[in-house]
Amino acid sequence: MQSARFEDLGGPHGTLNADALRADARRESFGLLALLSPGLLLVFTVIIVPIGWLFWLSLYDETGALSAANYARFFEQASYIRTFITTFKVAFFVTGACVLLGYPLAYMLSQLPRRAASICLIFVILPFWTSVLVRTYAWLVILQRKGLANSWLIDLGVISQPLPLANNFAGVIIGMTHIMLPFLVLPLYASMKTIDTDCLRAGMNLGASPAATFRQIFFPLSLPGLASGVVIVFVLCLGFFVTPALMGGGKVIMWAMRMEQTTSLYSNWGAGAALGVVLLAVTLALLGLFQWLLGARATGVWSSR
Amino acid sequence: MTRISCIHSLALAGLLASAAVPAMAADTITVASWGGTYQEAQTKAFFKPTADALGITIKEDTTNGLDDVRLQVTGNAVKWDITELGADECARGSKEGLFEKLDYSVIDKSGINPKLVHDDWVGISYTSVVLIYRTDVFGDKGPKTWADFWNVEKFPGRRALSGSQATETLSVAALAEGIPIDKVYPVDIDGALKSVDKVKGHIDAWWTSGAQAMQLVKDGEVDMASIWNGRAGTLKKEGAPVAFSFDQGVLTADCMVIPKGSKNKDIAMKALAKFVSPELQANLPLYVDNGPANEKAFETGKIPPERIKDINSAPENVKKQVLQDPAFWRDTLVEATEKFNNLVQQ
Repeated sequence: MQSARFEDLGGPHGTLNADALRADARRESFGLLALLSPGLLLVFTVIIVPIGWLFWLSLYDETGALSAANYARFFEQASYIRTFITTFKVAFFVTGACVLLGYPLAYMLSQLPRRAASICLIFVILPFWTSVLVRTYAWLVILQRKGLANSWLIDLGVISQPLPLANNFAGVIIGMTHIMLPFLVLPLYASMKTIDTDCLRAGMNLGASPAATFRQIFFPLSLPGLASGVVIVFVLCLGFFVTPALMGGGKVIMWAMRMEQTTSLYSNWGAGAALGVVLLAVTLALLGLFQWLLGARATGVWSSR
Repeated sequence: MTRISCIHSLALAGLLASAAVPAMAADTITVASWGGTYQEAQTKAFFKPTADALGITIKEDTTNGLDDVRLQVTGNAVKWDITELGADECARGSKEGLFEKLDYSVIDKSGINPKLVHDDWVGISYTSVVLIYRTDVFGDKGPKTWADFWNVEKFPGRRALSGSQATETLSVAALAEGIPIDKVYPVDIDGALKSVDKVKGHIDAWWTSGAQAMQLVKDGEVDMASIWNGRAGTLKKEGAPVAFSFDQGVLTADCMVIPKGSKNKDIAMKALAKFVSPELQANLPLYVDNGPANEKAFETGKIPPERIKDINSAPENVKKQVLQDPAFWRDTLVEATEKFNNLVQQ
């Protein structure tokens, strides 16, 4: 393209110039690559090499021979499949709960005056800085059979038998939702703040009711933020360990817990490594799927603007 | 001039320091154990007296178990000279060749159960798995045997068993089937799994750590549970309304090893010899409920008689319990644990 344009100018000078420019461009791209190289090297040594190694390890069995035994195990033992399904079920429910709680919260924050919003935001961020372990134990104290929630409800006469809130699936969902909520609220709030209020006013001006304005203008515009929040929460859930380990009562086994069990049970690292590889592959596939589904939606929103 | 002399003295100091390091290192060993009150007790009972007697420094670290040793040995980065493990982990690690051979001309093995004396590992203490129940729920008519624990009609209530220690849960499951304590080993794994299957639907929590087992019982989340005797003893001392006994307990041993490639093997050997000597072994029950592995500790006269009846490895109490066989689990653990997980995880 470029050279063609220069040739149009005609004459030997043009061609010479084009060569010089091309050499210059090449030099510049090498220079940029050189500038990038420390970063690339870092990514290569701390991400690509260890993950490659993990994958490599997963191909060896206990005797040190190359084999697919570590992967075959997932199909031979029903519990691995069950763990996998549980992991996705938990991630799905937690993400759903985060959206239901987080969307109204982020909407409220985005509509409040700046000062009030930043005070409220502190309450969202503050738990974020507290140790996950501490928060999980706090939930245990609140939710268990003789915990705060059950004793209050029984004292008030609302229930006669304690509700099963801890050491089961419900406990895991409650505990994890609390921990994941900021990961949804923060990107969502940021994207809601960028929505141009003129668009909303214009909608109202053209006779749309507040509900219609929200449904047709605000909600579609907030979707990219919601999408990124959902992706972050879902992916973080897939690798979660502490809360299900403490709140699940040993009945809700997630993938990361299985990795820990497997690593200590088998004498070869490959057994645990294979679980890591599977989780990584599934997560990447999911990210690709999200990109394909939500990315298209998001670009749709932006281009219609 | 001053600057030059400064550099000179720095260089001199550097030389001295580098000369001093190997001499220091030879006199320092690192011992890893489980942390918490147990390790604090070991510090007072074993590590401090040994350091004083041998004129060495004992540095301490904590371990998560066999994976840590495996990581250090296979990664050629051994930082511990002695580490504690569960006996079945010792048996497995020995099969994998992760430990140095022990020199029984340095370590006196008399008084230690021969099942816990091996080429490259030796018993150090005992923990018992016991049945605990809340007296505010059952009074003194609580479940006394594992068959009672399995009997959900006669003893209604919430239950917890260990989900992480399949070996222990399968052992108590065998006892629940009415198998006498001297016939439990070798465990009929499929029979024990069937037994677990019977009670599975009534288990409200499968605990994965000693602290969790304690919390479940303490907060009344469950009314009865399997628990380690050290944790049970702590609950009782704290005034929780609980009762337990050593009847039908499962006696599991802990062991110590020298990881392969330890740089201070010889001193570690001498220190380990001290740890298992009756004199220091007798110190352990003075600080913690885990009993000594060396029976001769009870003959030293160091342990007060009224204390002896509370110690799981006292000869009177050993008779009431099943001794978990590390060699059996060395060969069956992986298969049994996978089957157990298949059964309880859903």
